[in-house]
Amino acid sequence: MFSKLVNVPSGAMIPDRDIDKSPILECINLGITFGGLKAVENFNLTIGRTEIAGLIGPNGAGKTTVFNLLTKVYQPTKGTILLDGTDTHGMNTIQVNRAGIARTFQNIRLFSNLSVEDNVKAGMDNAMKYNMWEGIFRLPRYHKEEKIAHDRALELLSIFDMQDLASAKSGSLPYGAQRRLEIVRALATNPSLLLLDEPAAGMNPSETAELMENIRKIRDTFQIAVLLIEHDMKLVMNICEGICVLNFGHVIAKGSPEEIQANPAVIEAYLGKKKEA
Amino acid sequence: MKKKFRAAGKTARSNFLTFGIVVAAYIIIMALQSGGMISSAMSGLMVPICAYIVMAVSLNLTVGIMGNLSLGHAGFMSVGAFVGVITAMSLQASIPSGPLRLALSMAVGGLCAGIVSLIVVIPVLRLQGDYLAIVTLAFGEIIKNIVNCLYVGLDKNGLHFTMKNAMALNLDAATGKKIMQGPMGAVGITKLSSLTAGFILIILSLIVVLNLINSRAGRAIMSLRDNRIAAESIGISPARYKIMAFVTSAVLAGMAGTLYAMNFSSILAKKFDFNTSILVLVFVVLGGMGNIRGSIIAAAVLTVLPEMLRQFADYRMLIYAIVLILVMLITNNPRTKQLLAKIRSPKSGKEETEHVL
Ligand SMILES: Nc1ncnc2c1ncn2[C@@H]1O[C@H](COP(=O)(O)OP(=O)(O)O)[C@@H](O)[C@H]1O
Ligand SMILES: [Mg+2]
Repeated sequence: MFSKLVNVPSGAMIPDRDIDKSPILECINLGITFGGLKAVENFNLTIGRTEIAGLIGPNGAGKTTVFNLLTKVYQPTKGTILLDGTDTHGMNTIQVNRAGIARTFQNIRLFSNLSVEDNVKAGMDNAMKYNMWEGIFRLPRYHKEEKIAHDRALELLSIFDMQDLASAKSGSLPYGAQRRLEIVRALATNPSLLLLDEPAAGMNPSETAELMENIRKIRDTFQIAVLLIEHDMKLVMNICEGICVLNFGHVIAKGSPEEIQANPAVIEAYLGKKKEA
Repeated sequence: MKKKFRAAGKTARSNFLTFGIVVAAYIIIMALQSGGMISSAMSGLMVPICAYIVMAVSLNLTVGIMGNLSLGHAGFMSVGAFVGVITAMSLQASIPSGPLRLALSMAVGGLCAGIVSLIVVIPVLRLQGDYLAIVTLAFGEIIKNIVNCLYVGLDKNGLHFTMKNAMALNLDAATGKKIMQGPMGAVGITKLSSLTAGFILIILSLIVVLNLINSRAGRAIMSLRDNRIAAESIGISPARYKIMAFVTSAVLAGMAGTLYAMNFSSILAKKFDFNTSILVLVFVVLGGMGNIRGSIIAAAVLTVLPEMLRQFADYRMLIYAIVLILVMLITNNPRTKQLLAKIRSPKSGKEETEHVL
């Protein structure tokens, strides 16, 4: 029912960039217009099966909008999204998740009245099979699946060493822990592509460093692709194998961290501005 | 390890306490009743209290757990009440056993309320807040008005329905019996409800509601309530779970309606109007959103209270209103809330403040 959480030691052999072997995600000429505003236009991106990719750009560039397009919070006005080779045209948010995309949110969206454990278990709902009656009358399948879910929730929480917080109310967690819980909840859905929207926002440098390590560990352990939006350049350059730079809804550069750092257009649009400030 | 067992044990203990309170109350009341220590007026209130408890528990599922304001819960009670009465009367000849007939009538009443709720659930899936409140309010009024002009009779040829008048029923003169007479409501009901029947229905609704809340369905429903976009992003379908919760709530309300109606010899559609919906909502709000035990206590206390205040005659409802306002003020005061939390579990109270820091 659930995929097994195998503990691959961090830093295990990961193929460099496996874009050329059938990619997990392919965006072709993706675009959306809000009223007259072209928030994202001609967006093309390919992500390998176990790649950590970064999506960067100044505020308002359209990064979150790309996530909303991928997860069908907005239906694209133009273009195609291929997830594992399948066109997601006509799918809604729920179906896209079932197809393998899970995400976190820039503005934290936890189930704040539920416990930490229940937030994670909610992510396993699709993997569960017992029906309403089995739940009401506490039939064997209820006990069996809830036990598995409980064990797996603690196991997933242990990635961030949060297993001791399992019974705490999620809304009462500190900010950083809430961000980490969002990642765990997304992982609970067994995604093949994990979208992280500014996962390090509001974290201090040591928390950020730890997060970086854990994102890598997640990729190594689950062998999934990660696409992350991040303002912390150090984090992005450090862990991303491929980076895509957005500005005013357009891709202005794509490449390895080294290529991006040397790209004049990027320096002007993004890094340059940073230096001035 | 220890911690996780404590966490799992917490809800189990809380639910156990809820059942315990209900069972203890039932035993005490039965004992007092057999000792003749309960006034007849109070005795007459027992079945309505049970019905209101089930109403409050089921409405809490919609309002507290699902987070959808409903002002038409009495509409489902009404459907259950009149369908239940018609069923009971139709079965009078074929099923002599009172309790069995009541149980069957409740099942049919609840089933019909559930079917009707499938129509109301459409706006529930699409609307939120004030808009949904207005739609459910309208639903309650529609049910009341339909029942108000419904004539139902029974004779050797079976059931007869009409919306015109009693004559249009065309009942057989010898065997005909009028069950519902438009504005005069249902008449000639054989009283079948009892405290024990009410107690069983409460236990049944508690099993259903508490276990539903503490299963994947409850988790999904509450996650949709807390953050719909996030819930959809992890693959939780709003339609499926909202229908599940709303229909369950309606079925229980329908069964409560049958229980209530079968406690009287006649019953009017007016009994299940907007005021009743609001009354039940007051129980839920006062007992605490999502707090099932609170709903039970609030429903019982607030149904008994007007009876206890009878000696104050004209000031009765005034005092009732003042008590309501005071309780609301006290229970919603942050300080008293903290205090109550401490009293409930001194340890977990401390834990929680630690997490905030
Ligand atoms: N639902 C919406 N309606 C109108 N405009 C929107 C909507 N969502 C985003 N936008 C606009 O699209 C642009 C990109 O926003 P966003 O993707 O949030 O940027 P960021 O790169 O900072 O995440 C902004 O100009 C924003 O105002
Ligand atoms: Mg953003």
